[in-house]
Amino acid sequence: MVDERKDIDPVTGIATTGHEWDGLRELNTPLPRWWLWLFYLTIVWSIGYWIVYPAWPLLTTSTQGVFGYHTRTAIAEDLEALKLQRGPMVEKLAAASLTSIVADPQLLDFARAQGRVAFADNCAPCHGAGGGGAKGYPNLNDDDWLWGGKLADIEQTIRFGARAGDDKGRAGTMPAFGRDNILKPNEISAVAEYTRSLSGLPVEPGTDLALGKKVFADNCTVCHGQEGKGNREVGAPNLTDKIWLYSADKQTIVQSIQNGRGAVMPAWGGRLNESTIKALTVYVHTFGGGEK
Amino acid sequence: MTLDQPVASKPALARLVAEAEVGGGTPDDDVPLYAPRRKIYPQSVHGKFRNIKWTVLVITLAIYYLLPFVRWDRGPNAPSQAVLIDFPNRRFYFFFIEIWPQEVYYLTGLLILAAILLFLMNAVAGRVWCGYLCPQTVWTDLFFAIERAVEGDRREHMQRDARKWTADTYLRKGIKHFLWLMVAWWTGGAWVLYFADAPTLVKELATGQAPLVAYAWIGILTLTTYALAGHMREQVCLYMCPWPRIQAALTDEYALNVTYRYDRGEPRCSVKKAEQLRAQQLAAGDCVDCLQCVHVCPTGVDIRGGADLGCIQCGLCIDACNAIMSRLGRATGLIAYDTDLNIQQRIEGKPAIFRLVRMRTVLYAGIIAIVGGVMLYTLATRDTEGINVIHDRNPMYVRLSDGALRNGYTIRIVNKRLKYRDFIVSVDGLPSALIDFVGLPPRADGRQLVTVGPDQTKEVRIVVTDYSNTPPPPSTSILLKLIDIDSGETAEVRDHFFGP
Repeated sequence: MVDERKDIDPVTGIATTGHEWDGLRELNTPLPRWWLWLFYLTIVWSIGYWIVYPAWPLLTTSTQGVFGYHTRTAIAEDLEALKLQRGPMVEKLAAASLTSIVADPQLLDFARAQGRVAFADNCAPCHGAGGGGAKGYPNLNDDDWLWGGKLADIEQTIRFGARAGDDKGRAGTMPAFGRDNILKPNEISAVAEYTRSLSGLPVEPGTDLALGKKVFADNCTVCHGQEGKGNREVGAPNLTDKIWLYSADKQTIVQSIQNGRGAVMPAWGGRLNESTIKALTVYVHTFGGGEK
Repeated sequence: MTLDQPVASKPALARLVAEAEVGGGTPDDDVPLYAPRRKIYPQSVHGKFRNIKWTVLVITLAIYYLLPFVRWDRGPNAPSQAVLIDFPNRRFYFFFIEIWPQEVYYLTGLLILAAILLFLMNAVAGRVWCGYLCPQTVWTDLFFAIERAVEGDRREHMQRDARKWTADTYLRKGIKHFLWLMVAWWTGGAWVLYFADAPTLVKELATGQAPLVAYAWIGILTLTTYALAGHMREQVCLYMCPWPRIQAALTDEYALNVTYRYDRGEPRCSVKKAEQLRAQQLAAGDCVDCLQCVHVCPTGVDIRGGADLGCIQCGLCIDACNAIMSRLGRATGLIAYDTDLNIQQRIEGKPAIFRLVRMRTVLYAGIIAIVGGVMLYTLATRDTEGINVIHDRNPMYVRLSDGALRNGYTIRIVNKRLKYRDFIVSVDGLPSALIDFVGLPPRADGRQLVTVGPDQTKEVRIVVTDYSNTPPPPSTSILLKLIDIDSGETAEVRDHFFGP
């Protein structure tokens, strides 16, 4: 005999919830009552959040919560704690000489770690994330240094900048030989070809290299030297190597001679603290091109 | 009925249908959707399975409470605790094994082993885990023992609870909860000892100098132990644990389970009635309906209803029933580890089938052997040194003033030995390349050695310069080789040397 009660499932004999979908009925598997109470408890618990944390928006502000929690304060506290934690090493770094930093493996690691962050924040926009440079912005990884690649040289360049108006900064500009009517166009063309020949680059057939050599001797050697090997005192690039700050093509060289060059590197002495400058110096030096 | 029964056996089903049919008097439209808790007073029991459970309880709890104090000498550069989860230094120590975070696959392997072992247990003898080994079972068992010691066995406890509560009732309940909390507190206390040097931490905890997080975790685990083992008990198994559901889906007809042999037990009748019936050549079962099996059950299941989601298969009902059967002079084993299939076999007069070796047990055992074997092999042949490399991303290559090409790499050297080691790194694949460790002064013999501390890693920057006059292709495959100069052990990593 099949049971006629609708709320009892005849197969299992278990009561159903009374819900029916297309003839399918749901067995009633009662949830434990404590589960329900837990659910209510979580609702009550959530009210606690309103009370202790900032929650309700008001017209111009919001409820502050009795814990007085504020994300901005929390970050400030974290930063303060971090500062405290790093304090001894930062002081040690600020006080140490550059050579002693490089000699101390622990200090070197710390300086490189700090330098990496400072470089990304301050230097990467011009010199690239890894110091790879760009046209007009020197590659800091190679062995060609405009102002010198020893630790002290790098530190001075970072601290006082180049052509940034600082007395102790790097100074010296490439004059605008064409714009200022010092050289004629054919002289500029000839000296540009001659410059290319210094590093073994091919020269356009029919170029008057003798003229170029003469113009070079009269105008360029003051800064770039008799053999074109450059002068770090005035930041004059070595013209005989394979590295070109702007470009090796004739047009760019002509442009440099015509309009001059004088890219500026800011002075960081007033913006960055002592330990950061030292860290940056060591970091740049250890890119691989640092000189002993 | 506390639960629906996904695998209801025939007699249970028949009875339920019968009950439903009989109970068809007044339709109850107001079906409750929430079930009230039925308090369970399990009766003490003696017997084989009780003894097994006591033994397992003592062994597992002894391991849990005492293991942190076991020492294991690893030398001066590592902790001397046999089992230690060292979060600050990111190491896991287990006797002679030391696991680094990047070797977390050992944990994956352990979890696979644990899962398959659970399946194997299930295929062989049902819920062995639930009945004997599960922490919920072990601690609940311990808490039951305390409860019985303080408030008396089932009958006494029920009667006292039902009477108007006196000072004695309150005193006993107070003592019980105090003892529960002590055990729970000790349980939480033992937990934190796995995460720091145990003797030191005990000293710090006693003198109030331990870190706040230690006290917090002791507090949390005290509360969870007290709540789960003291109050939640069978509710955890019935409503919170997923394993009973999975277990029911993984079982088969040959898996031994705690089974009421209804072929022998039914129809139930008293000893006297059985004698009368048997005298008249009528069928009489061995079950005397004494309800001992129900009274001793820690989850309140009536095993005679067939396989039950609530049954943790601890075997206590077997002990209880055997005691009664022995007293009545009947054969024991009315409830036993058996299968419904065998009951059918016996009813049909055929021999029982016990098939331990079958596809699933063989497969499970095979998987356990393979995973365990692979883990043991990798553990035994585990490298104690390693090298990882990251090529500079900017710039990809550097042109030097004399036209040479240079690539920069950041390498991390791993030393898993508990002593200082000196390494050299060489490059294969670029005949005329020179390798330079940035900022690393060469030794007296001109070699650049990287010293890595015991059980540590060291990051170094190297630049590789190719002085060959022929420009290399845009990308050359190179092999960076790490060599321990003392032992000669090597590690390798492949990378690229880029050019324009």
